[in-house]
Amino acid sequence: MSDPQPKHPFILTRADHFITWAQKNSLWPFGSGLACCAIEMIATAAARFDIARFGMELFRASPRQADLFIVAGTVTNKMAPIIRRLWEQMPDPKWAVAMGNCAVCGGPFPTYAVLQGVDKIIPVDVYIAGCPPTPQGLLHGLMTLQAKVARSRPTKEILNPDARRTR
Amino acid sequence: MLDVPADRPALREVHEALTGRFPDSVLAGSFEKGELAETIRAEDLLPVLRFLRSEHGFNCLDDLIVLDNVRLPEAPAKRFSVLYQLYRFPGDVRVRLVVDVGEDEPLDSVVPIYRSADWAEREAFDMFGLRFRGHPDLRRVYLPDDFDGYPLRKDFPLEGKGDGL
Amino acid sequence: MAFKDIELNMGPQHPSTHGVLRLKLTVDNEVVLKVEPVIGYLHRGMEKLWENLTYTQIVPLTDRLDYLAALSNNLAFALTVEKLAGIEVPKRGRYIRIVLAELQRLASHLAWAGFMANDIGAMSVLLYGFEAREDILDVFEEYIGARLTVHGIRIGGVPRDLDEALVSRIRGVLSGIPRRLKDIRALLDENRIWKQRTVGIGLISAAEALDFGLTGPALRASGVNWDLRKSIPYSSYDEMDFDVPLGSRGDVYDRYLVRMAEIEQSIRIVNQALDKLPPGEFMAKVPRVLKIAPGQVFQTIEAPKGVLGFTIKSNGTDKPERVKMKSPSFINLQSLEHMCRGNLFSDVVGILGSMDIVLGEIDK
Repeated sequence: MSDPQPKHPFILTRADHFITWAQKNSLWPFGSGLACCAIEMIATAAARFDIARFGMELFRASPRQADLFIVAGTVTNKMAPIIRRLWEQMPDPKWAVAMGNCAVCGGPFPTYAVLQGVDKIIPVDVYIAGCPPTPQGLLHGLMTLQAKVARSRPTKEILNPDARRTR
Repeated sequence: MLDVPADRPALREVHEALTGRFPDSVLAGSFEKGELAETIRAEDLLPVLRFLRSEHGFNCLDDLIVLDNVRLPEAPAKRFSVLYQLYRFPGDVRVRLVVDVGEDEPLDSVVPIYRSADWAEREAFDMFGLRFRGHPDLRRVYLPDDFDGYPLRKDFPLEGKGDGL
Repeated sequence: MAFKDIELNMGPQHPSTHGVLRLKLTVDNEVVLKVEPVIGYLHRGMEKLWENLTYTQIVPLTDRLDYLAALSNNLAFALTVEKLAGIEVPKRGRYIRIVLAELQRLASHLAWAGFMANDIGAMSVLLYGFEAREDILDVFEEYIGARLTVHGIRIGGVPRDLDEALVSRIRGVLSGIPRRLKDIRALLDENRIWKQRTVGIGLISAAEALDFGLTGPALRASGVNWDLRKSIPYSSYDEMDFDVPLGSRGDVYDRYLVRMAEIEQSIRIVNQALDKLPPGEFMAKVPRVLKIAPGQVFQTIEAPKGVLGFTIKSNGTDKPERVKMKSPSFINLQSLEHMCRGNLFSDVVGILGSMDIVLGEIDK
């Protein structure tokens, strides 16, 4: 540890804590269910694995109403511009999760038609490996994302809009 | 003359009817692993199919398969083989028609006879670059319209050309 | 201002298109004139990839085709390779395959019922259907370790035996499904709203259905008695006793009823197969490196979505020369326009749901 962390005013830290607590417990996913992983995502939202206990049961159909982009499945080169456009349509603050091997790195398809990882077109926060990841795996990934959200500094972004780019 | 075993009377009858009615069109026949395949001339494709459909009840085109023969050791004169897998419903009688076609030769579209060939021929165009005369709307079905190349040809690399995006 | 001939775009990102399907609708006020499906958003280049893999390596990739019924794809591919290579699957292996394939059909139809009802608005059925499906997926997980992309049928037979514990677990699961089915049917069968949205919608006659090459439950709902398990039986299905449910009108409601009845028939088949399970080997002797002499075969099965088939051409090596998949959803989707024409565009979702398509299978 070289430089100590810059001092953050106590009141802003408390505000961050509160805002991130609210954000991480009510992430609204935009389920971009592309392939097989989409079925496991729906199974996670169903009764047995119950994503609602994390506050994420409200899968929005429109990207403008969502804050978590779960890319579930293979992103092909034909679909890539659409995924990019959907990501750009989502308002800040937003997070992206690459679910499944195909979204992480192209999966088992090193072919002419598949984008080798969705992080080539959108910034990904959490990578969930698996083909498909089990619902427990997806939930673990989402809990990891919640921990990441808890560490973020929303007040820095509110007070300084340029900070958004370096989150 | 191909000898279809006697325990498959329906296939025997189809083979005899076909070779009887179109003696010059049927170039070769084979019976392997229980499947009857007849190689016919490309120009006789539509009459043969019409004959099989109307007079022998082959009302279903199960599948349309294209093979690229360019890497085979025996290197045939025509690059592609188009296979029509026909089925007579009800029952269990199946016949395969094989048509050899060269790289830039168009083939007659069978959509007027079998409507289910519509997208199958588009797929053949998309993946191999085969053209079908008389197809109502011949354009790519899987890949974007501006894609360069025909992926399932043997000389197209698996990873594709260029960076993909 | 005239409102004739508006073009609407539906998809590829849409909650009800069952995947990445794009529909270009041309509507006159609200009546559909033309539907043009645009596919290829999930085209992964599988057929090209398979030419570079060995036969054994291809089997797990076939799971990703129809991802709601992975074992059917495995079965179709394995049967084709066995026909080509002349491998005889032992009887116990064939019966275990029947059990797995029919359990998979149950899982697929239950998921379908959930999705279709959810699209039309009955969200509870999605939860009921998925809960019933979870029990079956637990069985798969216990059998081979995977829930969705199961890879539970291999070339030559099945990888593991069904021991007593697993057999009794399957029987327990099967005894629980009729209760869930009763719940779903009680909610939907005689429901006035459901019937208004499904009866008389998306009609296709038997002759038209055959002409379009439609297969599977959608064809049987139009009254055509075509079930490959009966007409060209494979894997010892001819030793099972079951009925083939048929519809009469060929509308969305009939397709729903046919699939519900098929669920009951599948339960019957699995119970029979478990009762009659013969002793012996469950996997044939297949060489580690499977090289197949040059040849070509075409083999089909009755998958939950329709007639699924593979054509494989071998060239003497351990990799195939060409593998072509006959995808039922690819062919079925061509009849969507015919079914939608003349209906309101809000019915398109119901009709698309009743066709039960899977984009993984369409786009390969």
